Amino acid sequence: MLEKLKDFWRYVRRLTGDDAYEQYLKHFAENHAGQEDSVEGEIAPLTREAFFKEWQDKKWKGIKRCC
Amino acid sequence: MHKNFKIIIWIAVLVIGVSAVSAIALNRGESISAMWFITAALCIYAIAYRFYAAWIAATVLTVDETRATPAERLDNGRDFIPTNKWVVFGHHFAAIAGPGPLVGPTLAAQFGYLPGTLWILIGAVLGGAVQDMVTLFFSTRRNARSLGQMARDEIGPIGGAAALIGTFLIMIILIAVLGLVVVNAMKHSPWATSTVAATIPIAMIVGFYMRNFRPGRVLEASALGVVLLLLAVVGGGWIEHNQSLRGLFDHEGLTLAWVIIAYGFAAAVMPVWLLLAPRDYLSTFVKLGTVTLLAVAIIILQPHIHMPAMTQFTDGTGPIFGGKLFPFVFITIACGAISGFHALISSGTTPKLLANERDIRMIGYGAMLLESFVAIMAMIAATVLEPGVFFAINSPAGVVGKEAIDAIAKINSWGFAVSVEQMSQLAKDMGESSLFARTGGAPSLAVGMASIFGNAFGKSMLALWYHFAIMFEAIFILTTLDAGTRVGRFMLQDMLGNIWPKLGRTSWMPSVIFTSALVVAGWGYFLYIGVIDPNGGVNILWPLFGIANQMLAAIALCVATGIFVKSGKAKYAWVTGLPLVWLVIITSSAAWQKIFSDDVRVGFFAAANDLATKLAAGALPAEKAAVAPQLIFNQQLDAYLTMFFVAVLWVVIVDMLYVTYKYLAGKPVLPITEVAREPSRLVENWVRD
Repeated sequence: MLEKLKDFWRYVRRLTGDDAYEQYLKHFAENHAGQEDSVEGEIAPLTREAFFKEWQDKKWKGIKRCC
Repeated sequence: MHKNFKIIIWIAVLVIGVSAVSAIALNRGESISAMWFITAALCIYAIAYRFYAAWIAATVLTVDETRATPAERLDNGRDFIPTNKWVVFGHHFAAIAGPGPLVGPTLAAQFGYLPGTLWILIGAVLGGAVQDMVTLFFSTRRNARSLGQMARDEIGPIGGAAALIGTFLIMIILIAVLGLVVVNAMKHSPWATSTVAATIPIAMIVGFYMRNFRPGRVLEASALGVVLLLLAVVGGGWIEHNQSLRGLFDHEGLTLAWVIIAYGFAAAVMPVWLLLAPRDYLSTFVKLGTVTLLAVAIIILQPHIHMPAMTQFTDGTGPIFGGKLFPFVFITIACGAISGFHALISSGTTPKLLANERDIRMIGYGAMLLESFVAIMAMIAATVLEPGVFFAINSPAGVVGKEAIDAIAKINSWGFAVSVEQMSQLAKDMGESSLFARTGGAPSLAVGMASIFGNAFGKSMLALWYHFAIMFEAIFILTTLDAGTRVGRFMLQDMLGNIWPKLGRTSWMPSVIFTSALVVAGWGYFLYIGVIDPNGGVNILWPLFGIANQMLAAIALCVATGIFVKSGKAKYAWVTGLPLVWLVIITSSAAWQKIFSDDVRVGFFAAANDLATKLAAGALPAEKAAVAPQLIFNQQLDAYLTMFFVAVLWVVIVDMLYVTYKYLAGKPVLPITEVAREPSRLVENWVRD
């Protein structure tokens, strides 16, 4: 039962984008960890604040809501 | 044994479904339980999903679960992200389900409950859900291209341009009519107006919370917002009873229309994080919560439908909008049965998240069934009202008269019992000064919902439930209004960018202001005319929206049918071809009547000529004569707009037929743009992480 509730909570967080930053960090660790930039050295992931700004602005670029 | 058991279950579902549909269709008694509607809907959806949708997915589309989707191949952690199917389903449903399935069925209830209900059920399983699923499939096979791009690639440049223009014009009409619905819900209602006004600062608080105070904590911020919204509903009641404050929020329709227009412009140029994004969270939560609550209440309460199966207004004399049952019920209910707009979400947005092709049935077909179910609930909420009350709320003053006594006499003469006292008591219960001529569908839906909620969860709070329902409708109508204006602006910037590149830059402020103003002026004009029209505006705007939306659906089905033929599946082309033929018949005949009918309540030119004659003869009262020239111009404009819609539709159809003819005759056509197959390497691991 508790597991079911936890699954549901994970689902709600994923659906709303509440865990978007954690997902991003995971994606970053899997795909971009240790990559180097020629000027600034190792690339660091975005901060939570910067990531959220980008994520939210991007989300409303196209047709997102219907009648 | 196991297989036989399954067969028995499905036969049982079929038998129950057929009995429920027969009960609805054949009932001629006083009233009928809403449970028959719910049962009929669930059985039809189950059978259609299990058999028809499964057959389309397996045999017609041949979905391939081992094939990598664009989300996997182009995964960039930003817009292309393979996502769990339930999450995609949630996003997709939240995107397609707006106020449309609530308003359309409410208006169509003037024909009685039967025509609308049957169209919602049949239209969804054979038309709308098929369109959504097939479009999702084709876009998934084409790197998540949009409908317009697919039309251009597969049919030709004309189809692409038609889809683009169609989308833009629908947006304009849709926003105008939704704005009108909100204005009519707030007219002379300090409670509704103050509650709706409060949603704006509340959204901003939520916006600041998730942007600056606790970045990215979307759920915390939304929970706070929902609590504030509920307080705003209660606070509105306090303002209603406060003599000095209520005057601040007690306004004429025209004033409110100007406020909405100013608001629409401000919202379109403001950054999304401040207003649009946070309010979208609130509206999605409130929408899902309220729809669930309504379903639970209907199941607990099992209310009775009081509207007859069919009213005399099937002959075209209905007070809410003029026009016969055929074709107007099919135009009035677009969302909930088949909505072309969904094709824009099914292409472009949703396929970027789709992790596996096998989920196309559940997301494309399933989400549309859920939206259809929302439409059925709206139909129930509208028809649980006594028909006399329903018509008193929804009939415009131009049809039944301005005075309560005249309106009641007129409605009684149609054979529907209702009295002035009954309406004043109802208005008092709902915390409103009057419920006469509150057109647009929102107030009657709110009265219906309030009476269902009131009976299920306690009658003492009717006024609170009513204003909660108004807030619920207004909040996502305003979201659609903001989002639509913004999309319209982007499309306009895109088009104008071809002429002067600088105008195409979405971050260049002068261009943002200029194009936003153009879009707002577009829908603002129709909203303004709708408000000053004594026949209520809805009569004109809603059919126009319906025609436009069905036209877009026809374009989507054209693209799908063309692709079927070109990919050698001509024998299955009827899957999209049949709904296409039906849509062409209803949009063309509705448009024909809107242009050429002699009935002044149906034909645009007839209405314009009638008004012009009366104006010239001096037969109009002074206040009507003052606005008559604008109304005449508008009726003519609407007629030309309708002609344009039909012309666009037929051009696309002829284009598609020409392409299929060329293909079948062995002549060269544009090549199929499906992306080559790559095997999927994805394992679904989202639950484990």
